[in-house]
Amino acid sequence: MLELSLNVLDIAQNSVVAGATVVELTVTEETARNRLTLTIRDNGCGMTPEQLARVRDPFFTTRTTRKVGMGIPLFRVAAEAANGSLDIESEQGVGTTVTALFELRHIDRMPLGDMVGTVTTLIRLNPELDIVYRHTVDGEEFAFDTASLRPILGEVSLAESEVMEWITANLAEGVTALNSQA
Amino acid sequence: MKSIAELQAIRDKARERIAVRDGAQDGTRVVVGMATCGIAAGARSVMNAFVDEIAKRHVEHVAVVQTGCIGMCQFEPIVEVLAPGKEKVTYGKVTPEMVAKIVTDHLVNGNPVAEYTVANLMK
Repeated sequence: MLELSLNVLDIAQNSVVAGATVVELTVTEETARNRLTLTIRDNGCGMTPEQLARVRDPFFTTRTTRKVGMGIPLFRVAAEAANGSLDIESEQGVGTTVTALFELRHIDRMPLGDMVGTVTTLIRLNPELDIVYRHTVDGEEFAFDTASLRPILGEVSLAESEVMEWITANLAEGVTALNSQA
Repeated sequence: MKSIAELQAIRDKARERIAVRDGAQDGTRVVVGMATCGIAAGARSVMNAFVDEIAKRHVEHVAVVQTGCIGMCQFEPIVEVLAPGKEKVTYGKVTPEMVAKIVTDHLVNGNPVAEYTVANLMK
């Protein structure tokens, strides 16, 4: 993966398969602690302790079509390359939380990349899913939640092209404002 | 900031359009592989290029949807075009630069772009 935002998209796609109705993506940048934290939290079906124990193994997958699953291993390698780590908590019937830690200024930390693209892609592909996006840079937070838009939109889908344009602009403004403060 | 009033205006416009569209027949499906292999190969920007190009050209009755890994990871990003009554066309190693031609030639004019297909890549 060329950007961490693509890993986030990939992991969030697992949440969709797990039947989640809410996926929460969090990006926390802490300059003083030299730390970047990415979390993907869902309320999907969760994993059994056996599945959880094996999920870091690339030759484990719940798919029946083939024998490999690279999503989690790739994310873990990206974290460990930047002196970080990957942690997964999961409970059946409750959901799964994937947390990746990175050294913010590590030379081998992949760039965060286009998080706006990741969030908008998730919305386009899964307009029924509620997505919460929280991005914090040194304590300044930008938050976005599709659930807050639904009462305004009524039966109109989030995936309608003009709605998506509005969402994209809204996210881009929020993230740009964060980065200009930092 | 983007205002809520703007979003309300967008909603009202979309309502009118949906009313027109829902009377129409089943359309073409553009299926983008969005598993780990597809995403790693660049499927996100390809998918967004399709959505943008389709909106820009006001192509009606086309839905952009996702699928998982179909077992040809070496040809990702893969895009399948399923038009009603036509044979499925599978494009491989698609880049955002190729999207305008696929939309114009294939989705609008009904002529698949042979040089971009997986069948052509395997020759």
